[in-house]
Amino acid sequence: MKLLEINKVRKNFGVLCALDDVSVSVNANTFHGLIGPNGSGKSTLLSIIAGAHYADNGSVVFDKNDITKTSPEIRARKGLSLKFQITAILPELSTYDNLLLSIQSSQSIWKLISSKSKGILHDKIMDALERFKLADRADTLAGELSHGLQQWLEIAMSVIREPKLLLLDEPTGGMSPEERRATGELLMPIKKTCTLIIVEHDLDFIKDICDNLTVLDQGKIVDTGTVEQIKLSKKVQEVYTTRV
Amino acid sequence: MKQFINSNLLSKENRRNSFRVIPIVEIILLLLLLVTPLFVSDFLTIIVTRMLILCIFAISFDLCWGFAGILTFGQALFFGMAGYAVALFANKLGFVQLWGIIPIGIIVGFIISFLLAWFLLLGKRAPEIIFIALGTLTAGYAAERLVAGWYWAGGGNGMSIYDFLKVGQFEIEPGVLFYYISASLLLIVYLVSRYLVRSQFGLVLAGIRQNENRLSYLGYKVQTYKAIVFCFSGAIAGLAGALYAHHEGFIGPGSMGIVLSTYVVLYGLFGGAGTLLGPIIGVIAIESIKFTLSDIDAFKSYWPVLLGIILLVVVVYKPTGLLGFIVSQRERIGSFGLIRRDVSDDKSIQKNENGVS
Repeated sequence: MKLLEINKVRKNFGVLCALDDVSVSVNANTFHGLIGPNGSGKSTLLSIIAGAHYADNGSVVFDKNDITKTSPEIRARKGLSLKFQITAILPELSTYDNLLLSIQSSQSIWKLISSKSKGILHDKIMDALERFKLADRADTLAGELSHGLQQWLEIAMSVIREPKLLLLDEPTGGMSPEERRATGELLMPIKKTCTLIIVEHDLDFIKDICDNLTVLDQGKIVDTGTVEQIKLSKKVQEVYTTRV
Repeated sequence: MKQFINSNLLSKENRRNSFRVIPIVEIILLLLLLVTPLFVSDFLTIIVTRMLILCIFAISFDLCWGFAGILTFGQALFFGMAGYAVALFANKLGFVQLWGIIPIGIIVGFIISFLLAWFLLLGKRAPEIIFIALGTLTAGYAAERLVAGWYWAGGGNGMSIYDFLKVGQFEIEPGVLFYYISASLLLIVYLVSRYLVRSQFGLVLAGIRQNENRLSYLGYKVQTYKAIVFCFSGAIAGLAGALYAHHEGFIGPGSMGIVLSTYVVLYGLFGGAGTLLGPIIGVIAIESIKFTLSDIDAFKSYWPVLLGIILLVVVVYKPTGLLGFIVSQRERIGSFGLIRRDVSDDKSIQKNENGVS
């Protein structure tokens, strides 16, 4: 079943064409990687899916709803979650409070004022803290965590909301090889419940965890298919040998 | 009782920082609030009552700027409008009952702030901070000019209220009774505001202050939260304005314009924004300095300059205000999800630190 359909999306920034008639389909419960050289349009495509930018032309259909012009908060409420390229945790709140804030977004304002939801969600938050190796940092300010832990916290903030579609923009940026391997292990279990679109420069990492890949170059799709198909694609090899 | 966190989840640094200053300051201020009229003259009681009303007003600004990140330069608009409303009720209808004056002030403040929030905050796109600052400033200035030229509302001379506030037939003159009514209302406003900013709603506000864009991507309607705080703060400012008009027996265009709006910003910044207590300390400090300097012959002409220099030094060199000298940033922001450990947890922490499991 198709969860996300991007149809002929076009995006210009002034005279620069960042995306040129890009169409991508993503099936539910699969991991889909977006790869390509710098400036190929990967992050722009992710921004258009998340609602940070709006497409000039084309449409974005998520879970049978046209979300092309909807705001980020409505997309988030429909089950879309984004991890930013530059870590966007709340640095002056504790690790626990970052997760609490993330998980409570669907609560009514009245429930938030009466603080009724806090106790109910505690176990879920503790599970996430354990899973993402943050349990012993629960009361630490998020801004005081190491870069790797901040990245994990932000992934945890996205995952804990149980989104239908999770968008990760360079989740292993600035991580050591060991941390990258651990990040892959943390992500694999969510496949049962969640679809993932991931932008990443580390090709080994993305090949290990993704089912399908889409390769972009200069705002256009070079090729799309399974990891094995992309490995053998001559068009992709050409891009990576001539442009990277 | 269910524990929300195990002791071993608390980092060493946070255990060291678990000593809290705010409750101590709260108790000291509460005691001062209760006993002040017993130790000061009737004249000073009236001066301090005015300070209490300004404290309510300053809390309303702190909710906007200190907690929701809304830079409002027109907070006096709600204060002044409510003051004019109760003055008109008193002069045109002869209505001065306390039980009616308080809700009138709150409702007028709420309605005006709701209309402004509708225009400034609830548009299609999230407004820039400067747009809100200039929008509120302009609204306050326009209202000040409007009433200054409105003869029916006293024009540039403002309006005097000749009747004292009443409960039934009993008159409440400015003095000890008015003090305790104002003190009670300040306490209620403080406690309700404290409850709000420490609830999970307050957690959302803390998130908005740090990165409102991030909150949007989590699914929060940021502008709706801001509008709620703006209206709540407008209602509080309205309450303060209604009390002020009856306490002073007068309301003028200056009570809804730029000067008072600037003062309330200074109360917040000088005392320490984002604490609720800071603005109270700001009012006490600024009004006391003003009162003292203006009474000394040598400073009579220069006290605004001196006050300005003192304010400038604090605001520039201590952005967290006076309260920032004793309250850590961590305590200021607070914790929303974890209940602090009890004594038994302390023992287990000690065991873990000694390597004994």
